[in-house]
Amino acid sequence: MIRTFGFKSPKKLLAFPDARRDHIMGPIEAPIKLVEYGDFECPFCGQAYPVVKAIQRELGNSLCFAYRHFPITTVHLHAEHAGEAAEAAGAHGKFWEMYDILFQNQDALEDEDLAGYAAVLGLDADRVMAEILAGAYSGRIREDFSSGVRTGVNGTPTFFINGVRYDGAWGLEELLEALTRAAA
Amino acid sequence: MNKHKIYEKMYPKGLRAVLTRGDEAPDFSLRSTPDQWLRLSEFRGQPVILAFYPADWSPVCGDQMTLYNEILPEFQRLGAALIGISVDGVWCHAAFAGDRKLHFPLLADFEPKGAVARLYGVYRDGDGVSERALFVIDSDRIIYWSHVSPIGVNPGAAGIISALEELRERRAA
Repeated sequence: MIRTFGFKSPKKLLAFPDARRDHIMGPIEAPIKLVEYGDFECPFCGQAYPVVKAIQRELGNSLCFAYRHFPITTVHLHAEHAGEAAEAAGAHGKFWEMYDILFQNQDALEDEDLAGYAAVLGLDADRVMAEILAGAYSGRIREDFSSGVRTGVNGTPTFFINGVRYDGAWGLEELLEALTRAAA
Repeated sequence: MNKHKIYEKMYPKGLRAVLTRGDEAPDFSLRSTPDQWLRLSEFRGQPVILAFYPADWSPVCGDQMTLYNEILPEFQRLGAALIGISVDGVWCHAAFAGDRKLHFPLLADFEPKGAVARLYGVYRDGDGVSERALFVIDSDRIIYWSHVSPIGVNPGAAGIISALEELRERRAA
């Protein structure tokens, strides 16, 4: 399940979507590549969530979007399990469905909430919770986190546009402009 | 570094040069808690990350110290100790560290204010705070890498990790 991450490759490549391991939406060969390092409990990531959705609608197939975990677990006590719940759903092809639910319910991320969301997605909630409590996906989360540390993630959300950290505002207009510029 | 140079750095007339690779890291002793002092030279034999930052209590998610707290296990895997330094007093640090659940020491560069920041060339006269500056100091107390960010930009940890990995490779070689 967990694939090794190419830490030996040039660091810049780390900030591009990697079809072999990442959860991606949009064609991998799309001209615009957006990677987000996020935390399901982070309120700023919650604000960025609808912005990313709008950007995906706007750019369609010219955008490849990848989401990686960067939970700040010391201040966001539910972020780790929430991330693992997304991975557990991902193991059944439902990562993005869980991603939507989590970002739409940031104030309800207790374990029992996560179990409920798993059930809503038609997953075996008991099994998902057992996997989470056993840390079945914690390695994957750490791997994402580590890659973020090495590419210069400095908080959440951090976006990389075509491999370059985007330090600007992440309102729809600003982000869309930066992405469009990257495509030109 | 001789006393005169230290004195010069402590009482600058203008912009001081930031200490960089190859400079000896000036030793210092500062309070880490109301009743404890921490001396840089206590860390001999181990790389140290000195992270100067302007002030406690910056916004949560983008906060540099909170980020480093989360990355602390990676720093420790690379054998390094992490120390945060600002001009805030010990009680302020205690409240901040408690709130953010920080697992590394925050030193109070409080009296004389900013003296250690001046030693490292990263005090902002007029602003009364230090720069947002990073120093990776090797186990012989020589600065291996330093970096000053624009004061409002969280530099992240990529530079620190690279420096620590290089130090580890150097030790292994």
